[in-house]
Amino acid sequence: MKDSSIIQAIGNTPLIKLYSVTKDLPKKVEIYAKAELLNPGGSVKDRPALRMIQEGIRTGELSPGKIIMDPTSGNTGVAYAMIGSALGYRVELVVPENVSRARKEIAKSYGAKLTFSSAMEGSDGAIRLSQKLKAENPDKYFMPNQYNNHLNPQAHYESTGIEIYEQTAGRITHFITGIGTSGTVMGVGRRLKEYSSDIKVYAAEPAEALHGLEGLKHMESSIVPGIYDPSQLDGVRPIATEVGYEMTERLALEEGLFVGYSSGANVAAALELAKDLKEGVVVTILCDSGTRYLC
Amino acid sequence: MAKVRIPTPLQKLAENQAELEVSGTSVKEVLANLEAKYPGFQERLYDDKGQLRRFINFYVNEEDIRFADGEATILKEDDELSIVPAIAGG
Repeated sequence: MKDSSIIQAIGNTPLIKLYSVTKDLPKKVEIYAKAELLNPGGSVKDRPALRMIQEGIRTGELSPGKIIMDPTSGNTGVAYAMIGSALGYRVELVVPENVSRARKEIAKSYGAKLTFSSAMEGSDGAIRLSQKLKAENPDKYFMPNQYNNHLNPQAHYESTGIEIYEQTAGRITHFITGIGTSGTVMGVGRRLKEYSSDIKVYAAEPAEALHGLEGLKHMESSIVPGIYDPSQLDGVRPIATEVGYEMTERLALEEGLFVGYSSGANVAAALELAKDLKEGVVVTILCDSGTRYLC
Repeated sequence: MAKVRIPTPLQKLAENQAELEVSGTSVKEVLANLEAKYPGFQERLYDDKGQLRRFINFYVNEEDIRFADGEATILKEDDELSIVPAIAGG
């Protein structure tokens, strides 16, 4: 494995304290955000993508000449494309045709091939199409299967969860983040609970089936990822699209953080959680950059 | 009659149909008639102020109605109105 390539820059992202959007909170309540947008592929997805590819290489399932293929709403695809380029593997992504133009262009710049599924079916359409492609050509593709691969949460268990605990010097009391594949909340949550069962772990979920929080999943109306296990969480909290959008704008204007909508939703969810606390250290995730959403 | 394409998350409201024939000559009229036949669409597609929610994309054939006349965009016989959701996770 080319360990000294760009992949060595994945992880160890800064933990940023939020000062302005938290100003109405009690003095003893702090919110921090893990700046996953600063991974080299520009999102939190670099971690699980690398972990799943590394394991494929280790087991021989990803043999030279095989193509890395998976359904994605964009960020995991960009991560596969970057890592594939660095390690010398071809990448084919199955994405809904209405995925943002920025993501399409970035993935293509890394040399990935894109196959489009119907915009009407969202990411579930991409899941179904990729399963069909894999069934038709089982030997051609290495399919990480991010929605059902335990290495997706495992990546966060092995890295993000430890980093958060250490960066807060063990002071973290609450972790909350939105669910897409659910890999981040399941993996970080498991690690934090091992450090201390007193640390509360919550998922944030779009309040409605038809929402605008790109990257997040409304479970009841979606194909539920196999790695998602709400029984391991302290709760699932709804977040409205408009509330997430408003926070996304405030983060750029007040905190110098130009992030995507799922990051805004995460901070909004963290803020709502924090409002009910007398003291505590709440941590959430900034999943990707706002530049991903520019046309 | 226009053909309305319903995204997966809303198909429950319309007896699990992905496509419906709905009468009306503008986007607004078609959406009102859709609501009359299958209640529930209005509250999901419009905000409190009665505006189409900004994160939902509406296309007449291939054109985003934001770049046409918005809700007033004319629908001719056999035109297709697509309600396109944002992309979920991963």
